[in-house]
Amino acid sequence: MVMEIVCPAGTPASLRAAVTAGAHTIYCGFADETNARNFPGLNFQRDEMRAGIAFAHDHGAKVLVAINTFPRAGDEALWHRAVADAESCGADAAILADLGLLDHAARHHPGLRRHLSVQAAASNADALNFYADTFGVKRVVLPRVLSVPEIAAINAETEVETEVFVYGGLCVMAEGRCSLSSYATGRSPNMNGVCSPASHVEYHDQGGVLDAKLGGYIIHRVGKDEPAPYPTLCKGCFSAGEKTTHLFEDPVSLNAEQLIPQLQKAGVTALKIEGRQRSRSYVAQVVRNFRAAVDALEAGRPMPEGMLARLSEGQAMTTGAYKKTWR
Amino acid sequence: MSPLPGQIPLFPAALAIPLRMLPLAPMSLALTAFSRSIARRHPGLFRRLGDYDRTRFVLDPTDLPFVIHLEPGGGTPRVSLARGGGDGAARIAGPLAALLGLVHGAFDGDALFFSRDLVIEGDTSAALALRNAIDDSELDLSQEMTFFCGPMKGPLQRLFAQIEKHSGVSLTRAEENGAW
Repeated sequence: MVMEIVCPAGTPASLRAAVTAGAHTIYCGFADETNARNFPGLNFQRDEMRAGIAFAHDHGAKVLVAINTFPRAGDEALWHRAVADAESCGADAAILADLGLLDHAARHHPGLRRHLSVQAAASNADALNFYADTFGVKRVVLPRVLSVPEIAAINAETEVETEVFVYGGLCVMAEGRCSLSSYATGRSPNMNGVCSPASHVEYHDQGGVLDAKLGGYIIHRVGKDEPAPYPTLCKGCFSAGEKTTHLFEDPVSLNAEQLIPQLQKAGVTALKIEGRQRSRSYVAQVVRNFRAAVDALEAGRPMPEGMLARLSEGQAMTTGAYKKTWR
Repeated sequence: MSPLPGQIPLFPAALAIPLRMLPLAPMSLALTAFSRSIARRHPGLFRRLGDYDRTRFVLDPTDLPFVIHLEPGGGTPRVSLARGGGDGAARIAGPLAALLGLVHGAFDGDALFFSRDLVIEGDTSAALALRNAIDDSELDLSQEMTFFCGPMKGPLQRLFAQIEKHSGVSLTRAEENGAW
């Protein structure tokens, strides 16, 4: 069975580009705090979601609606409405993270398939089985902290489908529990759907030297012609004592394209591409690349050589935790 | 297809020199009329701008001797050309070909930012909103120009096709399609 390509769409145009480029499934979110890419100019109004899902279904593709932030106390209605609207728009599943929202969806929308977001950070078979037994979760997006053998070990002990990231931006190793953005801006991906919100970002380019400030703090400075990273604290370059270095992680993108055969052997159902904040051009290029890879795998052909370096953060790529060379 | 660093064509310096003499006021009037013609066919672009639909943007084609002020005006846009740096809440700067490639979906904005082909200054939030709104609107400026110019449609389309072919600059919407 062909591995499922799960592709991001930040706008209706990106959704159409993804479907046309060969994505099996698209994930997207409503234009509010209920999803973890709540950026200006992105995401879907209700009418756009309904039309986008209809377009995808007409072309044989599925749509998953990400409602994967954590409801604020007293404001749960916004998240409850998002689940109800995802169902009424015809979504094939909702991607959820919060225990309370999973419980709400299971009780009030039992016909809406439930996937567990990476934001929930479920990283062992017991956790996956708990979500499946308690809330009827059918698929879990695994956090980007696991090696391929660890993923195989999880799949050996669960009936729940697993989905893993194969391309795009990386987060630090405690997904759903990162407060770095909050320290500098007061807003976080978990609660507000924004990591390093653009409203708190400033760039200053002087003679080719680019400073990026987040919440008033310079978090990195790159020289003329050096690649620029995203303005997130986890990719920041800091000085302490005599040393200046990337404290948390290097500004590189995940690319596990060449690991797809191993991921298939490890029992993975779906391959997820990060980047709802990216353009329809990115979406089309990355989907085509990965669709060619899974089709080659299915046909027994060698994996094609990818062409994705130019789209990568820092124009550099890594296989991340899938190959843990630091252990 | 996003370009490799250094692959974005620059506007020829020899052709940019005469543009210094360009009469900016009539050009601004024509561009405003053109932008309003686009606005009538793409009202969703302004809805997607949200809180930034009255923000003043500076679009800076770094290989041309002027900048473009864009004021969305809540759906009644105004465009003007200015010499010098211009002023506005947010500035998006890069070679003309990079800016046109973004409009036409040929390039990815983040990739151009990573490669330093695109520089954003000022209100980053507003710049992101504009980039996302334009990306979603799937504009084709050549096609929009033919709507605007009526009977000149045929010759103009042929002219744009020739310029695109020989310059490598994206003047029409990128065909990312070609169904799988």
